[in-house]
Amino acid sequence: MKHLLSPLDLSVAELDDLLNLAQRIAADPKKFSHCCDGKKLATLFYEPSTRTRLSFEAAMLNLGGSVLGFSSADSSSAAKGESVSDTIRVISCYAEICAMRHPKEGAPTVAASKSGIPVINAGDGGHQHPTQTLTDLMTIRELRGSLDNFTIGLCGDLKFGRTVHSLIHSLIRYKNVKFILISPKELCVPDYIREDVLKANNIDFEEVERLEDVMPQLDILYMTRVQKERFFNEDDYLRMKNFYILDKPKMELAKKDMYVLHPLPRVNEISVEIDDDPRAAYFKQAQYGVYVRMALILTLLGLDKTV
Amino acid sequence: MLNIGGLNEGIVLDHIEAGKSMMIYNNLGLDKLDCCVAIIKNARSNKMGKKDIIKIEGGLDLVDLDVLGFIDHNITVNIIKDGKIVEKKSLSLPKKITNVIKCKNPRCITSIEQELDNIFILTDEDKQVYRCMYCEEKYNR
Repeated sequence: MKHLLSPLDLSVAELDDLLNLAQRIAADPKKFSHCCDGKKLATLFYEPSTRTRLSFEAAMLNLGGSVLGFSSADSSSAAKGESVSDTIRVISCYAEICAMRHPKEGAPTVAASKSGIPVINAGDGGHQHPTQTLTDLMTIRELRGSLDNFTIGLCGDLKFGRTVHSLIHSLIRYKNVKFILISPKELCVPDYIREDVLKANNIDFEEVERLEDVMPQLDILYMTRVQKERFFNEDDYLRMKNFYILDKPKMELAKKDMYVLHPLPRVNEISVEIDDDPRAAYFKQAQYGVYVRMALILTLLGLDKTV
Repeated sequence: MLNIGGLNEGIVLDHIEAGKSMMIYNNLGLDKLDCCVAIIKNARSNKMGKKDIIKIEGGLDLVDLDVLGFIDHNITVNIIKDGKIVEKKSLSLPKKITNVIKCKNPRCITSIEQELDNIFILTDEDKQVYRCMYCEEKYNR
């Protein structure tokens, strides 16, 4: 049984196959519109996430399948105290594949160990969010043509931002990718990313506090939101949330072929005046997110070779 | 110098860091054994200055060497038969330990689902790093 719990569950070769399939889907989505006829995706969302859940649902519907599930723990049997293990055993009788989001880290790992169907981690606390990483990788590859030889600036909340951690983990496997980590000291990357991932693999990286200083070097700028729910203290959140806002003057410092990515939703870290800039790729990224999830569902169901 | 009677058949855990013997006694579940167990604290040691020793009357199956290796892989395990050391076992860091330590990450799934085994995986042998199998939080000794 194949699952996707962490972006590193896929080898570079498997990732290439998946991204190639996603690219084929993007080129002709209709060709894939009956691949999952009669199949069901269960979306087990123990915490609210409109975007990720709808992206999964759209992906399955685009493939001709159907979806069932719940969108908060209150409306599930978890409210009655059912364990993740029991829930997944039951859901395995109802659907062919499931996507799980859970506020507790490692919940999808528990589910995968008891599941009779493939489990996709759709985000577990501050831990992993592999399908966002797949989306990010597809976006970079589509925009640049390759995942090698570029400089990426990761900006904002690098401490709690799981999308950033997963993206770093994945990108270090490609050639000549330089990382510029842009954040206030309070929100810099955790030690284990700096020591065990970047330094341990001799990856070229630098840490800076001012976005303006590094804009001209960047090929990709990955913006992140300072998430309120990751803070225990409202004052800290309010003090830091406006530190790094991307606006027109900052964009003028950037290369003409630099692209701006963002996992969305944004609050105010990207000014709306940027949205019409051809370098703003975050809405395109959301579209790629659907294609890559379609590719993932097909792959985990073993249907990737049938089309 | 205090004298403790020699073992005819059993196990001697030697070179335990002074003061750690009670922790090992508890973690190995030696309190549940019916056989004779002797704990010697602060014994003189040429190598360590002071050390603790645990003597257990009985077979090697009474001791979980993985747990012992996790606690301190420098401990020497002597197997005694007919009053003589017949084997010295060296310990290594176990690849995986189950229900010896608990994950301290308040966001880990094990914090709300008590029936789950607490499993830690050795992720970096050189630095002796263990991480929770579920949330990957590093265990700080």
